[in-house]
Amino acid sequence: MISAIVFLPLLGAIGAGISVFLKRDDLGYVFSLTGVVLSMLLGWFAFIQMAIPGIEQTVFLANWINVGSFNVDWALRYDALTAVMVIVVTTVSAMVHIYSVGYMSHDPSKPRFMAYLGLFTFAMLMLVTADNLVQLFFGWEGVGVASYLLIGFWYQRPSAHEAAMKAFVVNRVGDFGFALGIFAVFHLTGSVQLDYIFQEVPSLVESHIVIFGQALPALEVAGILLFIGAMGKSAQLGLHTWLPDAMEGPTPVSALIHAATMVTAGVFLVCRLSPLLEFAPITRDLITIVGAMTAIFAATIGMTQFDIKRVIAYSTCSQLGYMFFAAGVSAYPAAMFHLTTHAFFKALLFLGAGSVIHAMSDEQDMRNMGGIWYKIPFTYVMMWIGSLALAGVPFFAGYYSKDMILEAAWGAHTPVGNFAWYLGIVAAFLTAFYSWRLLMMTFHGKTRASKEVFAHVHESPLVMTIPLFILAIGAVLSGWLFYDLFVGHHWHDFWGHAIFIQPDNTIMEDAHHVPKWVKLMPLYVSVSGIGLAIIIYTMMPSVADNVARIFRPVHQLFYRKWYFDEIYHAVFVRPAVEIGRFFWIRGDKATIDGFGPDGITAMVGRFSHFCGRLQSGYVFHYAFAMLIGVIVLLAWYLRSL
Amino acid sequence: MITPLFFYLFAIMTVLSGLMVIISRNPVHSVLFLILSFFNSAGLFVLLGAEFLAMLLVVVYVGAVAVLFLFVVMMLDINIDEMRQGFKQHLPLGLIVGLVLIVELMLVFNHDVSHANILATQVTETRSNTAMIGDVLYTEYLLNFQIAGLILLVAMIGAIALTMRHREGVKRQSISLQNSRRRDETIAVVSVESHVAPNVLKDSRAANKKLQ
Amino acid sequence: MAEISLIHYLMVAAILFTLGAVGIFLNRKNVITILMCIELMLLAVNINMAAFSSFHGHITGQIFAMFILTVAAAEAAIGLAILVVYFRNRGSIAVEDINMMKG
Repeated sequence: MISAIVFLPLLGAIGAGISVFLKRDDLGYVFSLTGVVLSMLLGWFAFIQMAIPGIEQTVFLANWINVGSFNVDWALRYDALTAVMVIVVTTVSAMVHIYSVGYMSHDPSKPRFMAYLGLFTFAMLMLVTADNLVQLFFGWEGVGVASYLLIGFWYQRPSAHEAAMKAFVVNRVGDFGFALGIFAVFHLTGSVQLDYIFQEVPSLVESHIVIFGQALPALEVAGILLFIGAMGKSAQLGLHTWLPDAMEGPTPVSALIHAATMVTAGVFLVCRLSPLLEFAPITRDLITIVGAMTAIFAATIGMTQFDIKRVIAYSTCSQLGYMFFAAGVSAYPAAMFHLTTHAFFKALLFLGAGSVIHAMSDEQDMRNMGGIWYKIPFTYVMMWIGSLALAGVPFFAGYYSKDMILEAAWGAHTPVGNFAWYLGIVAAFLTAFYSWRLLMMTFHGKTRASKEVFAHVHESPLVMTIPLFILAIGAVLSGWLFYDLFVGHHWHDFWGHAIFIQPDNTIMEDAHHVPKWVKLMPLYVSVSGIGLAIIIYTMMPSVADNVARIFRPVHQLFYRKWYFDEIYHAVFVRPAVEIGRFFWIRGDKATIDGFGPDGITAMVGRFSHFCGRLQSGYVFHYAFAMLIGVIVLLAWYLRSL
Repeated sequence: MITPLFFYLFAIMTVLSGLMVIISRNPVHSVLFLILSFFNSAGLFVLLGAEFLAMLLVVVYVGAVAVLFLFVVMMLDINIDEMRQGFKQHLPLGLIVGLVLIVELMLVFNHDVSHANILATQVTETRSNTAMIGDVLYTEYLLNFQIAGLILLVAMIGAIALTMRHREGVKRQSISLQNSRRRDETIAVVSVESHVAPNVLKDSRAANKKLQ
Repeated sequence: MAEISLIHYLMVAAILFTLGAVGIFLNRKNVITILMCIELMLLAVNINMAAFSSFHGHITGQIFAMFILTVAAAEAAIGLAILVVYFRNRGSIAVEDINMMKG
């Protein structure tokens, strides 16, 4: 059954791919939708039948690599961690597939889109069911490829294919770290199979790796390298620049890949490696710091953006930061819990935004929206539900998971944990603020849209609204439903061996016993953020512009994404281009071509010119040449003397 | 005692004249120095005991070739001008090449010439140089002799063929034309009356006109 | 150096030959000089032939010296004929003006 879950989307993708050549759109839909929906149903079935009672299973498929002492198999592993990821991935993917039928109805290449979506789902499922690091890397790369294909789906647009390249290349940087991490793990333990590694880890605590003459703690090195991979995939601070540009892809892509599944692969990786990271405290502190800084950094930028999808993208980046700093303080269950709830409400927000864009005739700039809440009431309500979940308003999903994370940060009682908590609280305030800024600017006030666009605003068809509805159910209920199971006092019964926390680390318990004011703080900041946004953006819109003008340097810093793109361009891109150009002009053209094809032709030409000049026309020159020849001959024969 | 003295005399004169041939400005002087060089080498030949060859040198080289040179030098309108600039530029290279050539030739001669330090053979008891040459020239080297003759013939024809040209307006005889003339083309007999008045002569003039 | 040996004659011939060869190259006046230098070189060869013939006691050297003489005369005649015709056509026999065969 596990194999069916993983391979059904692949079959669907292949079928959709074939229908591209047959030029039959409906056939493409049939194949891909069947594959994914079946996979989703099987996923839920497996969750209920196997994960909840705590049954774990590994399915061996085939032998892959057998070189010397390096042995890798294709094997699917199903435990609690996998189960959670499977239901998240398949559910959101199925909803996105159904939604795309409506959203892409005007697009000329529908089957290609469905095929790519199926391919992505397959790769993601391979990633989460991987039994060893190399297979995980296979899935990792696969989702990278699918992301590239989907972001650059409208490939004739230059901004689209540039964004796709950027995503792939920045991911590559992370993948480089990941690969180095796999090498380090193999070097240390002699295998890449997860169970084997985790067995060996406790004995490696004292060992060292020598790098550039420095002896560094082995597990820390491996942990940091693997985390770099996670940073690239999950768009953490430093390797985040690709995520906002990835909004060039169609909105269903953003919902699936950049909200719910691919970007969460990094969090999944960190949780999957918990048995290793538990013995690498420095790495975990690093993870916490990076996560917390990402959370606040992305929130500050999201406050200033005007493109509706970009605001939600930065929101995703920020929430991923939350998940990472939860993992950093060893609260892996909390991170996974937030991953699950976030998948639902963020996908809901993205698809809702897609609905708005569709209604506004493909307008994405919020400055040209407004006053349409009564025209598209269903979408409006869906967006409210998603935003409430995101802001962490009680009884919606986000409240449970986000508060759990913040409580865990406080409950760690370490300087790093406290640092993360403060940043997390500020980020929560900003999150609430910009979410309601989005709602108010998009739906309320006097409309800033043109007359034709405004007249054309209509509710989305049923095929788009039903997935929204289903996701909304998840956004509302998933928090309350899974709280006890994932992060309650008996969390260990559910997670079992999937997540390992050292026995003397009582973080999960301490999280529940934080002071009352700590528990209520997130609520205070959320409500104040909501209130502030409502006041400013409905009643006093000019305040926003005035503040932006008064604090112009700060506003520019946030609006220009903390100038990361400009810095990277100057430090990495331009030098790389210059080096490449240098090697092209001096190395390739001047040296290789100069000594090779061009050089030889020029030399032949010059030589023949020289030989031509020998024909001077003067007889005495010729006679002299003959004389020299005779002398040389003589000298040659005289050399034995 | 005498032989070395004469040898050095002749040898030095030869070399010096050869040098002056190259260096002289006036081409006529060059030819005259060439003649001097020929004479002195004829002397060297006599010292070697090849007196026939020496006389041959004088008669043929000096008497014919060098005089031919003189003819041409004087016939062509050659300006006595200074050496053109190229001389100074190429002098080092020429000198070096010359030196190398001399050194190589010395090396060859030193090595290959084995033990022939004997003096030049004088005229043998029985036969003179001329007689010795005559012994082999028409017997052993007959073919070479005939071919040398042919070469001379070809050279002569070639020289004439190259330089001959027809000038306009020069009266010349064409022997074959003269020899192939027939009587009936040339002569016409006209009867002429004697003691007749001029108007009668008119007839003979008309008759003469017919013949032309 | 009381005894005149073969080597002396050969050296004279070598020097004369070199003079002729270098003279061809260094000459910048007119073409007749070239022809004269050729005659010098042939003369040097003749001296060589005669010297060898004399010191080795073989008459062949002198026979061939005669033939060389013959050929030299023929060649001088033809060379001068060509020169005369060339002068008729070109009007100059300065060495530097004769470069119509320039490649």
